[in-house]
Amino acid sequence: MSDGLVHLLQLLASGVVTGGIYALVAMGFVVVYKATRVINFATGEFMMLGAFFAWTAMVGLRAPFAVALAGAVAAAALVGVATERIVLRPLLGQRTISVIMVTIGLAAIFRGAAQIAWSGEYRSFPPIFPRAPIELGPVILPSRQFYPFLIAVAAIALVGLGFRFTRTGTAMRATADDEAAAFAMGIDIRRVYAISWSLSAMTAAVAGVVVGILGGISPQLGAIGLRTFPVVILGGLDSIPGALVGGVVIGVLENLAGGYVDPLLDGASVKEVVPFAVLVLVLMIRPYGLFGTREVERL
Amino acid sequence: MLIGNYKETYASDEAVFRTPAARWWMAALGCAAVAYPFVAGDYLLYLATLMGVLALAALGLNVLIGFTGQISLGHAAFMGVGSYVTAILATRLGLPFWLSVPAGGLAACAAGMVVGAPSLRIKGLYLAIATLAAQVIFEWVFTNWTSVTGGIRGINVPPARVWGVALDGDVKVYFLVEALVAVHYLLAANLRRSRWGRAFVAVRDRDIAAEIVGVNIFRTKIVAFMVSSYYAGIAGGLWVYFMKVVTPENFPLSLSIQFLAIVVVGGLGSIPGTLLGTVFMTLVPEVLKLATGLVRAAWPEAQSYLFPLRDVVFGTLIVVFLIFEPKGLVEMWNRLRRFFALWPFEK
Amino acid sequence: MPGSPASDSPERTLLAVKGLSLSFGGIEALSLVDLQAREGSITGVIGPNGAGKTSLLNCISGFYRPSAGKVLLDGEDVTALPADRRAAMGIARTFQNTALFEGMTVLDNIKLGAHARLRTGIVGAMAFTPAARREELELRYEVEREVIDFLEIEHLRRRTVGSLSYGLQKRVDLARALAMRPRVLLLDEPVAGMNEEETEDMARFVLDIQEERGVTVVLIEHDMGVVMDLCERVTVLSFGERIAEGTPADVQGDPGVVRAYLGEAAR
Repeated sequence: MSDGLVHLLQLLASGVVTGGIYALVAMGFVVVYKATRVINFATGEFMMLGAFFAWTAMVGLRAPFAVALAGAVAAAALVGVATERIVLRPLLGQRTISVIMVTIGLAAIFRGAAQIAWSGEYRSFPPIFPRAPIELGPVILPSRQFYPFLIAVAAIALVGLGFRFTRTGTAMRATADDEAAAFAMGIDIRRVYAISWSLSAMTAAVAGVVVGILGGISPQLGAIGLRTFPVVILGGLDSIPGALVGGVVIGVLENLAGGYVDPLLDGASVKEVVPFAVLVLVLMIRPYGLFGTREVERL
Repeated sequence: MLIGNYKETYASDEAVFRTPAARWWMAALGCAAVAYPFVAGDYLLYLATLMGVLALAALGLNVLIGFTGQISLGHAAFMGVGSYVTAILATRLGLPFWLSVPAGGLAACAAGMVVGAPSLRIKGLYLAIATLAAQVIFEWVFTNWTSVTGGIRGINVPPARVWGVALDGDVKVYFLVEALVAVHYLLAANLRRSRWGRAFVAVRDRDIAAEIVGVNIFRTKIVAFMVSSYYAGIAGGLWVYFMKVVTPENFPLSLSIQFLAIVVVGGLGSIPGTLLGTVFMTLVPEVLKLATGLVRAAWPEAQSYLFPLRDVVFGTLIVVFLIFEPKGLVEMWNRLRRFFALWPFEK
Repeated sequence: MPGSPASDSPERTLLAVKGLSLSFGGIEALSLVDLQAREGSITGVIGPNGAGKTSLLNCISGFYRPSAGKVLLDGEDVTALPADRRAAMGIARTFQNTALFEGMTVLDNIKLGAHARLRTGIVGAMAFTPAARREELELRYEVEREVIDFLEIEHLRRRTVGSLSYGLQKRVDLARALAMRPRVLLLDEPVAGMNEEETEDMARFVLDIQEERGVTVVLIEHDMGVVMDLCERVTVLSFGERIAEGTPADVQGDPGVVRAYLGEAAR
């Protein structure tokens, strides 16, 4: 196999793996938007908190990884429910812009609080997975990337299936589709909202742990949340399969750009900007994304 | 206490300052602003000039969010566009400030048109995301287009010159900035009363009904976006002559968020509110700095908490104001005035 | 604008709807609906709830795009034009829920109706040039004379619309539509929720608008008294189809209409 082909395959494989992780992050946004039509700009910060919770459990309490992960998810769920109750419920019925800005304010609060609690230093998880890189034919993937990718895929599948096949999931989809009708059918809308926010926080926590394993933990970890917007828009704000497809597409494009364009530039890297260029394109051509539902207005 | 405000002509009813009290307040404010540099120390003068620049940019954002109901997460990036264009024209082409600053404003305005055109056609929160993309992309350009922007090192700019006199003193820069702020605040007041101001608010409140009544929604949103970007650009141009240097770090996402906070806390859609919000939000970090300095004796690490504490306080202010006082500081002020209008008689 | 009284108008159809069909993802809101409104007349559109009356108005004003059929204003096909262009051409409407702009005063709401007619650009507006000033003052005079005076709402000018009673809000809604200087005025349940006195006031206004200004009015109403008194012709819709058309007397006696309102069991 030629070097060029191996290089391409390597980039593609890395792209898919990164994409899977992006997809998990994107899901945090999608879950909340699906049920409440709100874009939670604090999703990144929920991720960051999840990572810190897991890290504290592993390093401070010497818990094994699985326990720490479960604990982080539970703690994040609590934070999600508390957020919905204290901050979002008073704003029910207000303009969406107000709710977005509240989530932006929340993000700042979480960021600052995390820095006060854990300081701004970079932390890393203790070794969790076997160190040996995974070889898939000619392609080599570092274990640091591969295992988190598996976790991400598992989480996405779990949530996706949950939406499809559980009663709660159906209730959430019904609420997103037509709140008044869902209410009339006896669905407790407030409970659906609370569950949506805690579910979003939980997926974000898992995503945060995954990202933390990959790149270390700090209060700025949440920045990746905003960088996932291109994925969410490409896939469609209310589509879980869209998040998966969008994640992989962006991951691959990013890696291909990095692999082929960066060497041409002197010192600069297009990797961070390519997803946003894609975002602009999507907004111009197909703003509801690949799988999002087009909104219909009634007067 | 004003009991009635009766006008005899439609012309006087349409004026910007409709009561004698409003006119007196404006005059008093003007006098205070003129006298200020002669009584304030260096640092306070610096703060006042900084507040002027921020208040100017924030007003643009309020036109977009408060009047027109659109959201932008990239306001700082547009300020950056204005700054860089002004700096480049001043250093490469030697243009005087009275050309380079407006050029910065117009360049930002054009950038606004480019960013707005694709994203204003769709409903919902997509503009927020598009402006976020603009913020990231512009920041990347500022940092990486080294040949034009000087990369991380940025561009150094000599002081402005008016009729051959260099505006290199802090006092002169202060007057330049505040004069332009006053002018642009008046322009915004005119805007609010005009046909366009009405169109903006209509688009914010019920855009579908607005269209049926004859307002071209897309055009209105684009114009609002361009006005907003223009204000950011002018502020950026002034920033250049204020700080004497432009670097990519001056326009991060956190600054865009700070503008959002200013507008929310001051009062969405309120022109005086923007000023209140700017003063308040600029003073908060100063108060925090003072507070941590004061407790330093007892608690030495307090100062290292300054930045995260600022984040927490900003975020809390946004959340608290949105929940409890969505109309902002200006509403609190109005309530106070109404209370004292009848004091000591109860309402 | 002042026009000749209705009875002098030539037999010209100012507004026509031909074969209009509208569907929402499988639901046929309108099916091959025809409507003609003679210039300077008042035409009623009635029918049970869900018949598609508001959808019809929405198609005429440009909010909905029909899946088939045409909307013609004075013979010109406007079906492809966006709502704001149709407004500029003279189609105005009021809304069932008034759709007033809560953030503005009554005066500003009314002035907004004139938006499409005004010429001041953004720069002129901000700088408040003499030309801008002139246009704004002329607008103020015009709105005061033709709309505020006429609808007797002088005392409400500076009130925010949110503080008004429902009946007054409907009057402001009408005022805003009048500020558009319409040739065609579409009224969506103008007297809904009003007591007898308010209903009479509103009916008087509508008549004055038609007689003094020569405006062609199309109104949706449930109040049969109003429909019978004001309308020259009535179109009846049921389940998206036109089931009857004629003078109010014709329609009142039509068995199909009775059935539609009272259901099959009433036969």
